Amino acid sequence: MSVDKATVAKIASLARIRMDDAACDAMVPELNQILGWVEQLGEVDVTGVEPMTAVIPNTLRLRDDVVDADPLTGGGVRDKVLANAPAPEHGFFGVPKVIE
Amino acid sequence: MTELTELTVAAIRTGVAGGDFTAVEVAEAFNANVAAASQLNAFIVATPEKAVEAAQAVDAKRAKGQDLGKMGGVPIGMKDLFATNGVQTTAASHMLEGFVPQYESTVSQKLWDAGAGMLGKLNLDQFAMGSSNETSYFGNVISPWRRKDGGNADLAPGGSSGGSSSAVAARLCPAATGTDTGGSIRQPAAFTGISGIKPTYGRCSRWGVVAFASSLDQAGPMARDVTDCAIMLEAMAGFDPKDSTSLNLPVPEWEAGLNPDMKGKKVGIPREYRMDGMDPEILKSWDDGIAWLKDAGAEVVDISLPHTKYALPAYYIIAPAEASSNLARYDGVRYGLRDLPEGAGLQDMYAATRADGFGPEVKRRIMIGTYVLSAGFYDAYYNQAQKVRALIARDFEQAWSQCDVILAPTCPSAAFALGDKTSDPLSMYLNDVFAVPASLAGLPAMSVPAGLNSEGLPLGLQIIGKAFDEQGVLNAGLAIEQRAGFTAKPEAWWK
Repeated sequence: MSVDKATVAKIASLARIRMDDAACDAMVPELNQILGWVEQLGEVDVTGVEPMTAVIPNTLRLRDDVVDADPLTGGGVRDKVLANAPAPEHGFFGVPKVIE
Repeated sequence: MTELTELTVAAIRTGVAGGDFTAVEVAEAFNANVAAASQLNAFIVATPEKAVEAAQAVDAKRAKGQDLGKMGGVPIGMKDLFATNGVQTTAASHMLEGFVPQYESTVSQKLWDAGAGMLGKLNLDQFAMGSSNETSYFGNVISPWRRKDGGNADLAPGGSSGGSSSAVAARLCPAATGTDTGGSIRQPAAFTGISGIKPTYGRCSRWGVVAFASSLDQAGPMARDVTDCAIMLEAMAGFDPKDSTSLNLPVPEWEAGLNPDMKGKKVGIPREYRMDGMDPEILKSWDDGIAWLKDAGAEVVDISLPHTKYALPAYYIIAPAEASSNLARYDGVRYGLRDLPEGAGLQDMYAATRADGFGPEVKRRIMIGTYVLSAGFYDAYYNQAQKVRALIARDFEQAWSQCDVILAPTCPSAAFALGDKTSDPLSMYLNDVFAVPASLAGLPAMSVPAGLNSEGLPLGLQIIGKAFDEQGVLNAGLAIEQRAGFTAKPEAWWK
């Protein structure tokens, strides 16, 4: 499979990366070279093989179902959460207007 | 007086505990080396005051007769992928330039708790994506090594942990943290003549480590020898409830368990790693390694890892897929860069921010990842790659019925010059051909120096072990280290 410029533009839009015409043009051969190379995976007989989901067998833990079960990842740290925000406003993340 | 910056982690720890010198003297000696090596560009930010502050605390503890910890008095470099409370953490990206975490990563906190101090934040490939440290927003890292042909070509320190490898090799720090997603500890260690180990997936917490490909990312130590790696890994590892894939197992006493006697051990030599057109000097170092392990008492057996050739293409689907998902968080809303063109709406802000904040290699991988996960292609690419990954893990499982550890080269070549491979992403990816299979299978693997090639550049040997058997890997590494007698170091041309 190979990609054309329209597909690259579509992927860039899905990935939310602004890309002008020249950037899309440049990306077409780069992606095709890499995609052409990974194509060889199609040769592998994977009959009856399940896709890997966990690299080392492990059980997923659940935290206690209470507020602030782990104070480090729990609530009550608004100012820290906002400390690196580009535009904090009134204790919230500020964003451009999204509704008219 | 002993030249403090020539000492290993073990020697610094012993010397500080025994009162031969103070922790502050050690910190100041390394601070001076860091300050004199700006040409190497190994550090994004130096934090000499942090190193001294931690050293003062260790000296005060000693005065009171208290325990100094596993890393007591040892200043280290911290890869700038680990969140450090109050100190800028960038992942070498424009996106996170100026980002100051309000919390400390688990691994770095464990190191400070063990008595280590921070010399600074080390440069790396942007978001850990690269094999030469040429994708950093903060400029290339330069290897302290040079070819002995008299030329002054700047060489790659490897990547992504290129600041770590360059700094340890140049004696700017006795040890540094690294992270390994597809070879990012082992390949830079091999390029610069130092040791580094990626432990079993889940040994070191990923909490507070900027995410690249979460099913592969593992932190580990990079240092001058195997003993130092064992000491530092003990300080870094351990169960962390804040990481959902953290292994809930006690941390073994790897340092105390070090034993270079390989009697009764079987070392597997994977025939698929012997590839057409391989550099004869790499083959020679591999043969040396085989002879050294035999001399240490090991039995050497031929093994087969039949899906080896598919590991790299599988990796270059899985890692970008996970990266495209992980890096979706950089949207200009909550932290990091925001680019808001005049009159732009939210979607335009996302797209402009991400166009500005990510470098070309990061964008390329996000694009590949987005494509292979998109509707209609998921099964053909991503699912197929995860099935191949299962087969690669099975290859190793089957090999363990014949051997205890596997010996292979770390890289297909010695360090290349900066700029040599930047125009061809694929040739850069091929650098990790021997490193990636162990990453895909989550296995512990380390690189130790084997010697110098005819150009005077270091070559590394890789040992891959069974899951949870870091001890077996370290022991084989030690057996090689004792026989390789690697003492070469780069001349300090940058001072």
